Amino acid sequence: MQNAKPGDRPLSDPLSQDMTTPGAVISARGLSLTFQTNDGPVHALKDVSLDIKKGEFVSFIGPSGCGKTTFLRCMADLEHPTGGSITVNGVSAQEARKARAYGYVFQAAGLYPWRTIGGNIRLPLEIMGYSKADQAERVARVLELVELAGFEKKFPWQLSGGMQQRASIARALAFDADILLMDEPFGALDEIVRDHLNEQLLALWARTGKTIAFVTHSIPEAVYLSTKIVVMSPRPGRISDVIDSPLPKERPLEIRDTPEFIEIAHRVRDGLRAGHGYDD
Amino acid sequence: MKRFGPVLVVVLTIFAIWYVGSFLMNRTWVMDQAARAGTDPGFTEVLRDTMNQDRAKLPAPHQVAAELYDGVVNKKVTSKRSLVYHGFITFQTTMAGFVLGIVAGVVLAVAIVLSRFADLTLMPWAIISQTIPVVALAPMIVVLANAAGAGSLLVPKAIIAGYLSFFPVLVSMVAGLRSPGGMQLDLLRTYGASPGQVFWKLRLPASLPYFFASLKIAVAASLVGTIVGELPTGAISGLGARMLIGSQFGNPMIMWSALFAAAILAAMLIWIVSGIEKIAVRMMGGGQT
Repeated sequence: MQNAKPGDRPLSDPLSQDMTTPGAVISARGLSLTFQTNDGPVHALKDVSLDIKKGEFVSFIGPSGCGKTTFLRCMADLEHPTGGSITVNGVSAQEARKARAYGYVFQAAGLYPWRTIGGNIRLPLEIMGYSKADQAERVARVLELVELAGFEKKFPWQLSGGMQQRASIARALAFDADILLMDEPFGALDEIVRDHLNEQLLALWARTGKTIAFVTHSIPEAVYLSTKIVVMSPRPGRISDVIDSPLPKERPLEIRDTPEFIEIAHRVRDGLRAGHGYDD
Repeated sequence: MKRFGPVLVVVLTIFAIWYVGSFLMNRTWVMDQAARAGTDPGFTEVLRDTMNQDRAKLPAPHQVAAELYDGVVNKKVTSKRSLVYHGFITFQTTMAGFVLGIVAGVVLAVAIVLSRFADLTLMPWAIISQTIPVVALAPMIVVLANAAGAGSLLVPKAIIAGYLSFFPVLVSMVAGLRSPGGMQLDLLRTYGASPGQVFWKLRLPASLPYFFASLKIAVAASLVGTIVGELPTGAISGLGARMLIGSQFGNPMIMWSALFAAAILAAMLIWIVSGIEKIAVRMMGGGQT
């Protein structure tokens, strides 16, 4: 696990918090989140520290209850930590959210059934007050990016599940946020569609240079996509291993049969087992 | 044909039961007449005499149909005996009450969804309002409306109709405006959307299917409210007044024909509302999710 070393390098922004690591887009320090339930407190996250650097593709993997989604929601200011600190782009998660610093992709596409695909992608742009011409240009561009050009006038129910999820990714890309937070976006899709979308996502990441935080419960998916794999374990939710992937940036699907890939997958599996084994 | 088959079976069954009922209920009078005249009629004669009495206890379907036809086609529409005339009065009031009910229902629903205070204060009263028998309330509304200078019966009748029709709209709209789930709200939160944007972009469009579903109930409730408003309030025109006249003058045919005119009016109103709903659903992406 990386530790913050404030003062190693001069901070570019004097207002940045001391705890923030220079160059980190997302920086969590001792982050804790405890839910109060009728059965007593649940420690969704306990003392989690992590830095995500610009342009990284970081996957969070772990069994259910390990806090991976909660962690992502803390980055998005959809959950409020009860302890520790988290900064996004050097400011608090709330300020980052209000500055529209990230696009968020949920497990379900969640497209509005009463809007066309184009209308759905236009939704954030309308809310953020982009001009009509700018909206049209951006919709066309992101549809191209997720290979859905020509589907602008279709309604969501006319598209397959995989296409709907691509449209929801396009919606998150439409307003040029540098960070993409993805919460098991392909979890509900079948293996073949998933492979295809993984390939497309990597291509998209290479083209846009975005910083991506990606929650998944699939080991091959995490290893295939990521430059960094964060293995988490439950009760309390914490990070049990952080693996920097030695795989090259250029990754055909066949890379999954190479010894390097298998070795990383093995390490992830070990990490999951170690974190999981002690109480069930 | 497949669609109409089952409907036809039900209608024929009802007619059969109705004819049997007419025969049984009107037989007493035929037998009394026969006893008085000292004759002993056979079954066919009794059957014939039960089917065409002027003041039958239960007029047979063909008698009601004839009276209905007479009231709709053979009378001038300006005549006080025309069912078109009375039906139009009722239709007018129903529409006024329907619009009143929609406006009240939507406004209250929006208030209840946006404000917790309104939710706690208004919702219980809205529910209580529907437990009061509207027949008991109708004369009071008429008296109050007259005292306030309403002039005609249209206003109090429309208020009674609106009183019944606002409730389904209110309940459906509250459910509809609250239908967006946590994920949908989270998504707008990630965009930094204002509460106004959440309402116009998400809550309102999400509530429209609920709204249109409630309109069919509301329009029927408005018609019932109008007819109830016409019954105990001294109204002389409208289908409700016609029913009351039939009852007071001991003429069941007038009652039955007015009743059927009301049923036909209700069917037409629901058909129109369904048509509007279909168009709206098509404009909103085919209504599939």
